[in-house]
Amino acid sequence: MKNFIRHAGAVRRSFVVVFFLLYPLTVFAHKRGGEAIGFASGFLHPISGLDHILAMVAVGMWGAQLGAPAMWVLPVVFPMVMALGGMMGLIGIKLPGIELCIALSALALGFAVCREARPKLWIAAIIVGVFAIAHGHAHGTELPLGASGVLYSIGFVIATGLLHALGITIGLIHRWPAGRIALRVAGAVVAMGGVFFLWKVISGEAA
Amino acid sequence: MRQLRLILFWLTLAITLIAAPSAHAHLMNTGFGPFSDGLTHLFVTPEDLLPVIALALMAGLRGPCFGRAVLFALPVAWLAGSTAGLLLASPIALPVAETIVTIALGVLLATDRPLPRAAVVCLAILLGLFHGILNGSELPKQSLSSQISAAGVGAALFVAVSLLTGQAASIRVLWARVAVRVAGSWIVAIGLLMLGWAMRIPG
Repeated sequence: MKNFIRHAGAVRRSFVVVFFLLYPLTVFAHKRGGEAIGFASGFLHPISGLDHILAMVAVGMWGAQLGAPAMWVLPVVFPMVMALGGMMGLIGIKLPGIELCIALSALALGFAVCREARPKLWIAAIIVGVFAIAHGHAHGTELPLGASGVLYSIGFVIATGLLHALGITIGLIHRWPAGRIALRVAGAVVAMGGVFFLWKVISGEAA
Repeated sequence: MRQLRLILFWLTLAITLIAAPSAHAHLMNTGFGPFSDGLTHLFVTPEDLLPVIALALMAGLRGPCFGRAVLFALPVAWLAGSTAGLLLASPIALPVAETIVTIALGVLLATDRPLPRAAVVCLAILLGLFHGILNGSELPKQSLSSQISAAGVGAALFVAVSLLTGQAASIRVLWARVAVRVAGSWIVAIGLLMLGWAMRIPG
């Protein structure tokens, strides 16, 4: 009971996290229309699709699970490489298999958290980097022309960074034995989400 | 208490960024005169503010003496650039070059490279001259209010740099230093997306 009271704050925060995970109205971040005119639309774009949310949060969780320096290297690498992918999408550079790679990202990152995979830091950074390019490119190609992309870009990057921070915060439960198991279960949930997105992509391509 | 002050500082900075109504190089009209227009300009122009944040945080991370050098070098160079820009016949707009400068400063902050003080001061002078010329070229020519506005921008720079370098120089814990470096990576990411927007071909 004492433990529960001590961790009541964490439990409340977890409810908030679960609420926000369940809240998104659309499934795919890169299927949403809208005007690229300001901070709000940029901020809302990354949190409007469950596939993007799962991948971003999983990056944070995996980083926290791996510990320092991966805990901060992965969230530093991801926004930069994702923005590079976004830039490629914005200027019209085509990349093959983006949808598939996005679906695989949730599956692979969730699997890594579930299995507590501990590759070398540079391998983890490359894995995260490849998925970051795919997510960034998908967002970049779909953005409509707006009056100014600056505030949109600021909102977009801050939202993505906050999703990583959320993942790291969740991942900090790794230090407790029960939290370690809970984190692996969370990884399995993310991986199952990845399977769902993969199925959607494959069935969509087949149709 | 110290952590609360840090949180309040970053919250204020985030609100300032979020509240920025538009991203125009020219001055906004506050209704309080040209000095206030100049004072406000920096805080509502992300293209100007982002490289300043990156440079100030980078200098602050290196220590108080780096911060003090940038605190005086950047506003003075910016004012000199604005004066030179006022002499130009037509406005200059270099969005790609501006963005590349922002990305470069963001990379330096994210990587936390130990640069010598002379190099940091040179960066401050180059940034000040570059953005000052661009700002100055947009101001109305042969008008006293333009020079007063430029002084307002210089004052805003002094305040922004002193706050940012002071906060960064006072960091003692590792996670806070990492957070500042993460802010650098965000600036790089924003810069890369801005570059994409600037190079985007309509259609």
